[in-house]
Amino acid sequence: MSEFALQRVAERFPDAVVQGYAYRGDETLVIQREHLVEVARFCKDDPELDLKLPLSVTCVDFIDEKPRFELVYTLYSITKKHHLRLKVRVGEDDPTVPSTISVWRGMDWWERYCWDMYGIRFSDRGPMKRLWMYEEFEGHPLRKDFPLRGRQPLIPEADIQDIYRGPGPGPGSPPASRSNPPRPSQLPIVK
Amino acid sequence: MAQEFITTRREEAQGFLERMVSRGLGWARKYSLFTYPFATACCGMEFMSISGARYDIARFGAEFPRFSPRQADMLMVIGTINLKQAPILKRVYEQMAEPKWVVAFGVCASSGGFYDNYAVLQGIDKIIPVDVYIPGCPPRPEQVLDGLILLQEKIQAQSHKLIDRHPPAPETVRPAGRDLLIGGTK
Repeated sequence: MSEFALQRVAERFPDAVVQGYAYRGDETLVIQREHLVEVARFCKDDPELDLKLPLSVTCVDFIDEKPRFELVYTLYSITKKHHLRLKVRVGEDDPTVPSTISVWRGMDWWERYCWDMYGIRFSDRGPMKRLWMYEEFEGHPLRKDFPLRGRQPLIPEADIQDIYRGPGPGPGSPPASRSNPPRPSQLPIVK
Repeated sequence: MAQEFITTRREEAQGFLERMVSRGLGWARKYSLFTYPFATACCGMEFMSISGARYDIARFGAEFPRFSPRQADMLMVIGTINLKQAPILKRVYEQMAEPKWVVAFGVCASSGGFYDNYAVLQGIDKIIPVDVYIPGCPPRPEQVLDGLILLQEKIQAQSHKLIDRHPPAPETVRPAGRDLLIGGTK
């Protein structure tokens, strides 16, 4: 099984693949970020690869290198029982990656996580919202240059939209701010 | 020349009454503490332990945990308070009726503990006043009972006036606002 997925993707997208290597059965593909969505869709839809389950998306901050960040997509196939790892390098000046929510709907929280902790922006999706920290939080705490003992400003309590939906624009806010942007789960799925 | 105070019989009698009322109120309050357990982390296990039969906080009058802040007069902050939780703790404290006392249960509530990081409030005294700090990670139940006895002594020693002759000026009254949190600890 080793290097099967590498060859299959590399044959299909010779321009997209920067590098591919396998280490003890772990197959890794470094691809260009412009081709990320089509490679991801091929990985999901191809019957031989069948990588339907994205296990995680995370980011590595190589602070001394250029480009600085590396996004790591770990994919798994439930039927074929194999993994594939996709890596995308992005620089600090424009840390934007195309969103893969249209491929895997569950990517929403992973992308919000990368935005929250590393400051990676994702294009072609709804507005970026932090996953764990609050919106007033300053900085992205898992970046290597985040101050180790920095203190954050304390914030007032957020308005309660209602008791079921929790924080949000309250009844006292102007009506314009109460219309919610569509959540990524409500966005149309592009086949 | 030092001013000499001459107490009239009226003031003497009032002082006597005030002392008696203070002692009575203190006695009544210290043995009927209603706890609001604001339990966010592992110290909550220790709170269960002291509430249980073996250590039994009910022996000291702090019998009922009340899960509504309106009915409680002792706020026990049990566990790590992170910055997202801090406004909620502040709201709970403001909802409690006077008189009220706050116990910081464990090092995380007292000082942040070993969570010296970006997400954790470094001690709840950054946002609300605290009467008793109980150290420990988590504290032994004996420590908690010791802290409770300290709080009871403090409550007993509080004095009350029959008539407040000098009501506080309006600008010194603490605003019941949420804006106290803004720009607290930078």
